Amino acid sequence: MEMVNIKINGTPLSVPNGISILEAARYAGIEIPTLCYLKDINEIGACRICVVEVKGARSLVTACVYPVNEGMEVFTNTEKVRKSRRHTLELVLSNHRKECLSCVRSGNCELQKLCKDYGVADADYFKGAMPAFTFDDSAAHMIRDNSKCVLCRRCVAACNEQGLGIIGANARGFDTQISCAFEKNLADVSCVSCGQCIVHCPTGALKEKDDTDKVIAAINDPEKFVVVQTAPSIRVTLGECFGNPVGTNVEGKMVAALRRLGFDKVFDTDFAADLTILEESNELLERITKGGTLPMITSCSPGWIKYCEYYYPDQLDHLSTCKSPQQMFGATVKTWYAKKMGIENIVVVSIMPCTAKKFEVGRDDQNAAGVADVDIALTTRELGRLIDGAGIRFNDLEDEKFDELLGESTGAAVIFGTTGGVMEAALRTAVEKLTGETLAALEFTDVRGLEGVKEASYEVAGLTVKVAIASGLKNAKIIMDKVRAGEADYQFIEIMCCPGGCINGGGQPVQPAVEHNFGNLAAKRAAALYAQDEAMPLRKSHDSPAVKAAYEEFFGEPGSHTAHEVLHTSYVARPMYK
Amino acid sequence: MLKKISKIPFSGTPEQEEQLRACINESKHDKHLLMTVMQKAQDIYGYLPFEVQKMIAEGMDVPLEKVYGVSTFYAQFALSPKGKYNISVCLGTACYVKGSQQVLDKICEILGIEPGECTMDGKFSIEECRCVGACGLAPVFTVNEDVYGRVKPEEVAGILAKYN
Repeated sequence: MEMVNIKINGTPLSVPNGISILEAARYAGIEIPTLCYLKDINEIGACRICVVEVKGARSLVTACVYPVNEGMEVFTNTEKVRKSRRHTLELVLSNHRKECLSCVRSGNCELQKLCKDYGVADADYFKGAMPAFTFDDSAAHMIRDNSKCVLCRRCVAACNEQGLGIIGANARGFDTQISCAFEKNLADVSCVSCGQCIVHCPTGALKEKDDTDKVIAAINDPEKFVVVQTAPSIRVTLGECFGNPVGTNVEGKMVAALRRLGFDKVFDTDFAADLTILEESNELLERITKGGTLPMITSCSPGWIKYCEYYYPDQLDHLSTCKSPQQMFGATVKTWYAKKMGIENIVVVSIMPCTAKKFEVGRDDQNAAGVADVDIALTTRELGRLIDGAGIRFNDLEDEKFDELLGESTGAAVIFGTTGGVMEAALRTAVEKLTGETLAALEFTDVRGLEGVKEASYEVAGLTVKVAIASGLKNAKIIMDKVRAGEADYQFIEIMCCPGGCINGGGQPVQPAVEHNFGNLAAKRAAALYAQDEAMPLRKSHDSPAVKAAYEEFFGEPGSHTAHEVLHTSYVARPMYK
Repeated sequence: MLKKISKIPFSGTPEQEEQLRACINESKHDKHLLMTVMQKAQDIYGYLPFEVQKMIAEGMDVPLEKVYGVSTFYAQFALSPKGKYNISVCLGTACYVKGSQQVLDKICEILGIEPGECTMDGKFSIEECRCVGACGLAPVFTVNEDVYGRVKPEEVAGILAKYN
């Protein structure tokens, strides 16, 4: 790599030629502030927050897109630079609805932090006209409030990165707004509810639909028995809401906090993840032996399912008919568990890394007991707010354990939260089933890692099992185009909607752009899941005592009539526009 | 200016669709040709309604929002059809000073539409323009090729009544 010598604030540095000033400054331990920049996906130099002085340059330059060259001298914090940034912020605020006291992003708003850092004392310095801003609460999962939009286009980049491109900048000049084609509502276009736009928004313009009040009301209703389930990935992300470093596993404290919130039972979606593996591997083996549609594709990720229904309605037969773990959990609670315990009037709340789960709870054919399998789906962020609002000192809590039975699970379930995890869990069970022998090594390292598309092939009991894994819908498209063309010779495919899987889900704690750009966010969160898997005594789904009990007492065998009634579902082709 | 999206039902003919599809087929190998296709589509249909933009998006394999974003950014693209009689009111300096805004307001009031829109019967459309080169006749508006000068708002109804 060719290196160049530059100076940043007088410090001599040798950095790779051609990298941006923004990246070069990191070598000097300096974080140049940004508002619109997202590494690789939104390098547009539009917001003018990252401006710096370059010796010899006629004007300030945008550090995020300006490449370094030999002998360059950069100044990142001069009075001229600071004044320019302050001025830009004042202009941004001129038509910003400043609801900062109660805004959902107060405290982790990137605009707010910049205003504090640059001493923007008068937020109304350039008080101006307010355009008629779009407010769109049509979707099941989120709200777009353009009165808090700074037009950074990070949401647009995130949506494009998913290969969807359903939002964009429309009109021009002062009228510019981020919206959908023909100003349609989000609910009327092919939005898959992934929420990647939300986790990339620097302000409170995009947020999940808050369902915390419904949860509090259910808990306070003495007639109701309120059960909570927690998705695999949220135990390694919830801690971020309370200042813990990315990748901290807070499972014990999470359970303790949920108990203090007043849930009657604190259970784990991981139980249902194990159950999913038994149902799904059985379905796969049946398809292989009885000549069903192959490759079979996982159905855990509701964003992916919705994507398939919009973009590949002719390929729905490839989807496993298994409900997602969230829904399997709710269905099992409201059938088997309710009967076994003699409890009525159960409310199932789920804590999910995902905004599409809010859509999923309202889907058709997800009501095994005649009522919705899951009543309320909260994101990790909403749980964080619920805990804060209840005055629970999260970091001071002693670790506690999940409640018995539906709180029991295996390491195979925990890794559902990351790309390749469902595949690895399925392989652990399928290989033992096919060979009838105990696996010597449980790690299937070929299917691990954050690459968008992964392939692997295994020789099992004389059978070649070829699998593929995709995360992020742009990558799902690569696989699905092969499937549609009949060129996919895999038996089993795992697809997760969000890049990196649920650990990077649209319902996860929002981290500032710098964490997305340079922080290895997904890798740190995934590592925490694999560490938990490794530390668990049981690491194969079919060893789960709770799952065994469920089959013995209620379902019979995987794929039984009862299992089909309770744990499986159907899909519908959806029109792209309404 | 925000562009008005036409509520007039789409009435494209199979011939028009064939023309557009041929044009898309020529260009779909290169997404950079999106604007060229949009310009040709506007030549064919006179404007770019949802149905046309959807055909372009699917044909060029780009998101519909991308096509819509381009169509709302550039002044050359229209989201409403032109009426049988297109009224163009000059809001250039001389006409404006002489009260063309009041003339425009009157036309809008009589027809029940705003600039950039077309009446539901497809008869009249209104647009704003900047100087038709007849400042001596200010305020000026045109109906297709007919020029009306030194117009007073109260004369508008009589002028429009001439067109059927």
